[in-house]
Amino acid sequence: MSTKRLVIKAGKTEGQYWRDLWHFKELFYFLAWRDLLVRYKQTVIGVSWALIRPFITMIVLTIVFGMLAKLDSGDIPYPILVFAGLLPWQFFSNALSESSNSLILNTNLVSKVYFPRIIVPTSSIIVSFADFLISALLLAGIMIWYNYVPDWRIFTLPLFIGVAFLAAMGGGLWLAALNVKYRDFRYIVPFIVQFGLYISPVGFSSGVVPDEWRLLYSLNPMVGVIDGFRWAILGGESQIYWPGFMISMVLLSVLFISGVRYFRKMERTFADII
Amino acid sequence: MAEPIITVNNIGKKYILGKKSESGAIKGGFPTLRDRITDGANWLKNKTISTLSGKKIVKPTYKEFWALKDVSFEVHPGEIIGIVGRNGAGKSTLLKLLSRITEPTTGEIILNGRVASLLEVGTGFHPELSGRENIFLNGAILGMSRSEIKKKFDEIVAFSEVEKFLDTPVKRYSSGMYVRLAFAVAAHLEPDILVVDEVLAVGDIAFQKKCLGKMDEVAKQEGRTVLFVSHNMETVQSLCQKAYLLEAGKIKEVGAPPAVISAYLRSLESLMNTYQGKLAQREDRSGEGTSRIIAAKVEDADGRKVIQADSRLRITIDYQGKNKILHPQFSATIYDYNKGIGIISLHSEMTGGLAQVFPEKGRLICITEPINITPGRCYINLTLLKSGTVIDYLQHAIYFDVEASDFYGTGKLQDRDWVMCLRQHKWLLETTEKIDAKQAY
Repeated sequence: MSTKRLVIKAGKTEGQYWRDLWHFKELFYFLAWRDLLVRYKQTVIGVSWALIRPFITMIVLTIVFGMLAKLDSGDIPYPILVFAGLLPWQFFSNALSESSNSLILNTNLVSKVYFPRIIVPTSSIIVSFADFLISALLLAGIMIWYNYVPDWRIFTLPLFIGVAFLAAMGGGLWLAALNVKYRDFRYIVPFIVQFGLYISPVGFSSGVVPDEWRLLYSLNPMVGVIDGFRWAILGGESQIYWPGFMISMVLLSVLFISGVRYFRKMERTFADII
Repeated sequence: MAEPIITVNNIGKKYILGKKSESGAIKGGFPTLRDRITDGANWLKNKTISTLSGKKIVKPTYKEFWALKDVSFEVHPGEIIGIVGRNGAGKSTLLKLLSRITEPTTGEIILNGRVASLLEVGTGFHPELSGRENIFLNGAILGMSRSEIKKKFDEIVAFSEVEKFLDTPVKRYSSGMYVRLAFAVAAHLEPDILVVDEVLAVGDIAFQKKCLGKMDEVAKQEGRTVLFVSHNMETVQSLCQKAYLLEAGKIKEVGAPPAVISAYLRSLESLMNTYQGKLAQREDRSGEGTSRIIAAKVEDADGRKVIQADSRLRITIDYQGKNKILHPQFSATIYDYNKGIGIISLHSEMTGGLAQVFPEKGRLICITEPINITPGRCYINLTLLKSGTVIDYLQHAIYFDVEASDFYGTGKLQDRDWVMCLRQHKWLLETTEKIDAKQAY
């Protein structure tokens, strides 16, 4: 009987938590699988939406920033420049919106069953990652169209995907936990996402930002993520601003660690206040 | 005796209901971001004033509510424990603490085994997914691994009796099928401790029996421990070896089910007597609360106090609220007092005919056909709904006794221990002549 002894006491669950997380590891997959299955039910063109949305965004951004504003992209075709930035940005913004709403949408689970709550926002990020993979195929198609061959740096891409994950998790956990308590965040998140598209180098290369402002610009951690993606995908043509990248990395780590901590702290009251 | 499988030591759970404003009224709900900001600003202001003037500051007070307080007990392996108590006595909170959905404020619980809880039927079912997909999803949510679910899949399907509809989205299921599938998944969990809230109130009788049988089997043959909450006294009586009575967050009585049940019934009686004609003062109610049922009365249709099996009932309900009620619905459900089993549901949605808008304050009268209930005590649960959402729900609002009378005109009578309903009838021996059912009366 002493094999699974468990003591429930106010504020004394930390060690058990990570063990439970391991026990429920398949739930990450099942929740993501559910959301993916349900997502395109009763739609006419189904999964094509995952292609059409980024494609149209790319065209609009290319026209606005590349053709009307005539921003510089070096020798890189503007659509590729835009798409290499759009890829992490869309992943981040989708993950942020989905995960911040995830707990609210799963209220019935939170108030009726026990499992480590961190699974809910995390699996909604996994869902956004599936969209990301589909968009990545689209980028590969565009690169073939333009005959654009990436160099060795493309192999470092998984590293930057990991960084994007860190960003999405950090922001997502913060917002998911805050949203349970203060529903105000339901209105704040769409605003962050909309605003972020303009203050992050999605439609343009961060090279167009004047040098004296670049360090300040790097305080937006998505600058580091997007620059990293461009550096890996576009190869030799694109340069990375290392001091800025390091700042972004530090900020993202802080965001992630504090996100996990805040979520853990708030988690024990979720069932009472949701 | 072996080591207890559950040990609960002085457990307590506190909820904060809302902030008391200066007038002393409680603001509903939880603090919003704005509240936090104004609180912060006020604190800063008061702090400044108090440092300057040397006066003490008064902190804003929140109304606290202890859903459970100083509860201790032990459960041994293989025991089936029934938990009874009124609405708001802390039963659900206790189950939530045991299943780790929420944390205790004080005290500790020691569990010597894996807990699975079934607080709601079909938690996490997704209407768009098929029965098959939902079995996997629900299983995973309840803590089963994929291989475990695969192994038991056929057994689950057989238990649920929905083989033919496995690939149909559950949104097309009847509510009975839905419940069957959901319980089937939960019934095949293999925890050491099973915690069950009143989930069997739904579903048909035959399936309820099957589920109770399964729970009994689980406990007796496999040595599992079961804790469950029910308003159905008959179930508690037949299934449990031991029962707890919870009242106002404390354990009031522990013992063999018959003794605990009668203590529970006594407490119900005193509750209903105390608040007779003062229903507005009762706090153990649920719903939005924008309007309240403030009084209720049962008499026979002619206004007499004595109610007999062939009486027509007149139920009078007074309500009051701040706003007009759009699309109001009223329901009064009559239960057998001792067993907690529903006998008659009187629901305005079934009969129709109520106005679309009700004034802020008013009186509803419901008159029935002869009730044909066997003699014995009944209680009534009252619900007031607005466009389908519950505004006010009062469990055990009032009770009445059906007095013995000569229902059949033969001096013979059946009693409540055996059946609930009475019906005029005739017995005939079939002869060569055809019996005309209409002419029989």
